[in-house]
Amino acid sequence: MRPSRTSLLCKLVACTAVAATAFIGCDKKKEAPAEPAKPQAFKVAFAYVGPVGDGGWTFAHDNARKALEKELGDKIQTTFVEKVPEGADAERVFRDLASQGNTLIFGTTFGYMEPMLKAAADLKNVKFEHATGYKTAENLRTYDSRTYEGAYMAGVLAGGMTKTNTLGVVGSIPIPEVIRNINSFTLGAQSVNPRIKTKVVWVNAWFDPPKETEAAQSLLNQGVDVLMQNTDSSAVLQAAEKAGKYGIGWDSDMHAYGPKAHLASAVANWAPYYIKATKDAMEGKWTTGKAWWGVKEGAIDLVSISDKVPADLKAKVEKVKAGLKDGSHVIWQGPIQDNTGKEVLAKGKVADDEWLGGIKFFVKGVDAKVPGGK
Amino acid sequence: MESWALQAAATLNAGTVLALAGLGLLINERAGIVNLGAEGIMLMAAFAGFATGVHTGSDLMGFLAGGAMGAVLAATLGYLVIWLNANQYATGLALSLFGSGFSAFAGIKYTQEKLGPRPHFEIPGLSKIPFLGTALFKQHPMVYLAIALAVVIAWFLYRSRSGLVLRAIGENPESAHALGYPVRRIRLAAVVTGGALCGLAGAYLSVIYTPLWVEGMVSGKGWIALALTTFATWRPGRILLGAYLFGGVTMLQFHLQGQGVQIPSQFLTMLPYLATIAVLVLISRNPAWIRANMPASLGKAFFPEG
Repeated sequence: MRPSRTSLLCKLVACTAVAATAFIGCDKKKEAPAEPAKPQAFKVAFAYVGPVGDGGWTFAHDNARKALEKELGDKIQTTFVEKVPEGADAERVFRDLASQGNTLIFGTTFGYMEPMLKAAADLKNVKFEHATGYKTAENLRTYDSRTYEGAYMAGVLAGGMTKTNTLGVVGSIPIPEVIRNINSFTLGAQSVNPRIKTKVVWVNAWFDPPKETEAAQSLLNQGVDVLMQNTDSSAVLQAAEKAGKYGIGWDSDMHAYGPKAHLASAVANWAPYYIKATKDAMEGKWTTGKAWWGVKEGAIDLVSISDKVPADLKAKVEKVKAGLKDGSHVIWQGPIQDNTGKEVLAKGKVADDEWLGGIKFFVKGVDAKVPGGK
Repeated sequence: MESWALQAAATLNAGTVLALAGLGLLINERAGIVNLGAEGIMLMAAFAGFATGVHTGSDLMGFLAGGAMGAVLAATLGYLVIWLNANQYATGLALSLFGSGFSAFAGIKYTQEKLGPRPHFEIPGLSKIPFLGTALFKQHPMVYLAIALAVVIAWFLYRSRSGLVLRAIGENPESAHALGYPVRRIRLAAVVTGGALCGLAGAYLSVIYTPLWVEGMVSGKGWIALALTTFATWRPGRILLGAYLFGGVTMLQFHLQGQGVQIPSQFLTMLPYLATIAVLVLISRNPAWIRANMPASLGKAFFPEG
């Protein structure tokens, strides 16, 4: 009896595994109904790393896709594939999307860089757009948003609202983008309150709500009274709400998750870029390059500012926003010191994008060391 | 000082999820059944608890739904492994995979939902004591319930007749059967109770601890709870201690980072798992120690004769 039962069990496990793979595998959904009567619709595809319901990163990209559809109507047809893993599988998805007649394909996570490069090398008639990457090809360009501008504006609010002069950031992964955001948050706070200290705790994940909660709690325990996060969930804001302290929404408007704690949300809006890129491709104006959009292009904003924020502080934030929009306000302008006292940007000097892309230090006032740094 | 009191409070809170699930799995294993589905059960219960909390606006209903979900899933596992004698390890793993997948699928609509204002508790009088008040007496009732449960389960296992029968079944189901005890039904009762406690732990996670729902939010706590039963050598009191120890390490890693202590956070992140492995190795080196408490029939199928 035993061997046969074991073999049956093996089969069962194998079947379950196959079924699970099919289940977990990428779910493809067509949003616009396929209309054979209009074969001339320009086909645009999106590959997402997470589920569209993550409430953060992928959610924001999918909202932008919807805005793109609304803007261009039936001139285009969009498709998205969610939960595409970073790595070799992604290349298959890109080739598949291209074979279905999509001539513009967006990949919305850093880890698609190599798969997209490979697919782009073979599929010369398809235009590829890669979010947050740094490698380009003649038919592959990159785009990103200046999230640090949102962090800076949030910092202005945080600096004005704190009573303990201690701010806290729950960091995800110590890459230059996140370090730049923590620094910008601190610089924003210092612009209204020079005595600010920022504490940092890393959770080493983009999305792990229980861990984000624990990290937030530990910051609150150490006297932090305004929290910010560079992670993808609303857990940190909710921890602030529970403790009766302040928090900041990130990526999308999180006001509803912590109505009392929420000071404002620093949001990224990808729609303007998606609309421009699609129009470029449709009109034959598409050329390779690197786009890094911020407040000026409408890609970054600070929204839902709380009624608890005094009018004069609100006015300061609005002034900064206006300055970022017309280019009169520059965040990364010397003199800037790192937190060991070394001058990293000389007086009057303005940091260029390459310099900003390589930030691996904390500015003065950040009470932490960059993991792995000296 | 205040910061350490808050740290102690956070540790108690963090350990509660592990303690509830660990105590549930302890009852399971004392009856001789291993439930590797804990992670999946906790995820399903976290989802059920959160969804119920959103619709009814009541945390209590959320806890009940989580517990019920845990009980139902555990009953399914129980039927498969106790009556059909399916392999306990494979069935448990299947349940774990199913729970992770199905909760993610069913929960899609709930990732944007939120619960009402979270309650704040403190024990009048006691919470005013310096240090101790902050550290111990401002917790959610579930934190105290976990401690009370450990006491009740210890009493049940070692001081009550039913507990003796349960342990006897875990040690030697054939003898218990010969004495006329309904082995299968008692095992099922233990599995269902254990599942309900895992469910309660899952619901506490999504309703109180991190009040939101996202797929995979249990993130390994079910597996730590399973390791905890071995870590605690199947003793309720040690389960509680182990849970707070693991909870403490989790909180300490963030506390040290905030204090600017330069230990790579990746190292600290792995500490709870390292501690589990270390203890497993230690107690496995001493067969007498592990055998003294490990239910002898653990993981083995039982075929009643006649």
